[in-house]
Amino acid sequence: MSQNRPWIPYVLILPSVAFLALLFLVPLVQTIWLSMSDNGVPSLANAQRMAGDLNFTRSLKNTFLLTLAVVPVQLAIALAMGTMVGKIGRGRETILWIWTIPLGISDLAAGLVWLAILQNSGYFNSLLYGLGIIERQTSWLSYQTPVALFLAIAVAEIWRGTAIVMVIIVAGLNQVPKEFREAAEIFGAGPWVRFWRITLPLIRPALQSALILRTVLAFEVFSVVYALGGRNFPVLVGEAYNWQNQNQNYGVAAAYAVLIMVVSLAATVVYLRAIKVDPERLP
Amino acid sequence: MANIVIDGIRKNFGAFEALKDISLTISDGEFVSLLGPSGCGKTTLLRIIAGLETATSGDVLIGERSVIGLPPKDRGLAMVFQNYAVFPHMTVYENVAFGLRMQKADDRRVKEQVEKAAGLLHIEPYLDRYPNKLSGGQRQRVAVARALAVEPRVLLMDEPLSNLDALLRLEMRTELKTVLQGAGTTTIYVTHDQTEAMGLSNRIAVMHDGVVEQVGSPVEIYNHPATRFVGGFIGNPPMNFITVAVEDGAVAAGTLRLPAPAGAGREVVLGLRGEAVALAAPGDGLDMTVRVAEPMGSHLLLTGAIHGQPVRVILPPAERVRGGDVISLRPDLDRITWLSPESGKSYPAAMA
Repeated sequence: MSQNRPWIPYVLILPSVAFLALLFLVPLVQTIWLSMSDNGVPSLANAQRMAGDLNFTRSLKNTFLLTLAVVPVQLAIALAMGTMVGKIGRGRETILWIWTIPLGISDLAAGLVWLAILQNSGYFNSLLYGLGIIERQTSWLSYQTPVALFLAIAVAEIWRGTAIVMVIIVAGLNQVPKEFREAAEIFGAGPWVRFWRITLPLIRPALQSALILRTVLAFEVFSVVYALGGRNFPVLVGEAYNWQNQNQNYGVAAAYAVLIMVVSLAATVVYLRAIKVDPERLP
Repeated sequence: MANIVIDGIRKNFGAFEALKDISLTISDGEFVSLLGPSGCGKTTLLRIIAGLETATSGDVLIGERSVIGLPPKDRGLAMVFQNYAVFPHMTVYENVAFGLRMQKADDRRVKEQVEKAAGLLHIEPYLDRYPNKLSGGQRQRVAVARALAVEPRVLLMDEPLSNLDALLRLEMRTELKTVLQGAGTTTIYVTHDQTEAMGLSNRIAVMHDGVVEQVGSPVEIYNHPATRFVGGFIGNPPMNFITVAVEDGAVAAGTLRLPAPAGAGREVVLGLRGEAVALAAPGDGLDMTVRVAEPMGSHLLLTGAIHGQPVRVILPPAERVRGGDVISLRPDLDRITWLSPESGKSYPAAMA
């Protein structure tokens, strides 16, 4: 069949290729051009304006710090959750379902939920006050409490974004036959050794995918930060948004967008290099 | 080296009784197979001995010491898994060395033991490779070498050859026997393949529905099955069962009158191995209606009926019998097993 009509596969993928080209490649090229040109002439003016901006260094630093704080914690929690759920027989599906609820909530809604908890008249302060730990409402999210603000945003991001890592890790763990862990146990490996020397190396592909996905998403953090910190905690996407909407300067906004893309690509390359996946060494 | 005592092991999965009061003693250095169809509980029993599964009740002693409650690593055993479970992210060398590394053995001893085990199983050329580059048979050798490298007191094997193709299985079986005879390790071997169990074991424990039906040497089990199940499970073709009437303490089978076993009721089951018969003069013996005759080269396999009950018998290859013939057979009286039609158990062999 397919030998008679070799063009069939190409026809079949044509719609998705056209879709991608129209809605992804064209805007991408346009954005890159927008960021590297000035009135139709190639120029680095946008990049210079971006780099010279007051918030540029802060937003870059905040975004990286947040990524560095959030991603490892999310990975650790996801591994713990995945290992725990692997030991459960009945009710496993229900627990997984509950754990993935944050995935179904929009970023902004999640940010607002945490705002309701952490604002001056929020649940957290009411609780502390009720327990007699604080005497009056304390501010956690202001520019005067940068550490508390950072922690609040990190916690909210961890709550919101861990489920996707867990889903990938659980899928990876399911790929590892239990005989590997049992064999290790028989030959004298304790739980930690089994985890570090058997399980982790065998779920490399899942680790790699989860880390790439989660890190790229962390570089794109915006809604939760915007809900909790507003402009007190500038991040890269937030700055792009401001240049686009407040300042109506699409060129600088595009420069931010391109920067985020470059950073994400660089992180992906780092992961691809650091966590090598050799199909020869997988189950 | 150690003996193993399995004492009243029970295992329930919810309402399902997987093992019903299993007791079995295995001597030091002995090779015992747990043989039975899938679902009979043999793998569960092995996993309980290994410590990968907990028994509902009962005790397991290895070398006179109860190991129930001890983690697998403190039981002094090694195991070979059905799907090999050779670690794909480690070289063959590191796989074989794994148990020794866990025991914190120094590099010199690790090297010594790995080389010894690799030599026994002829995997020296692959020590630097990763398991996925190896064939199934080679991986199985790695799994066995990994188990032998720690010089375990007890070696547990869970259907180790069932993933190999027929030819390789035969080859590995012979080799396994050679290697294990030399090592002298107490071995429990789980299999559903009777030829493996017969070929390898000192003794076989035939299991069925969570119960040990019979324990004995391969020849004992073959010639004197304790139950109808054992007779029907062991042997190819399986034992024939012909229900015959008992009158005045004698069994009328064709023109033959055989002494009925003590304690027999109105009927008794004649258990007859397919090859324990000889062709007799027409009308003298058990009449068999032959449906199909299959010349197998080494023997002639006949399928048909005696007393209207299906049977398979084996005759020398030179006999000329064809489908549709009615022949007379004379059973070898020493090789008859009498069984109760109600309980399926065999009557004790009559003193000749």
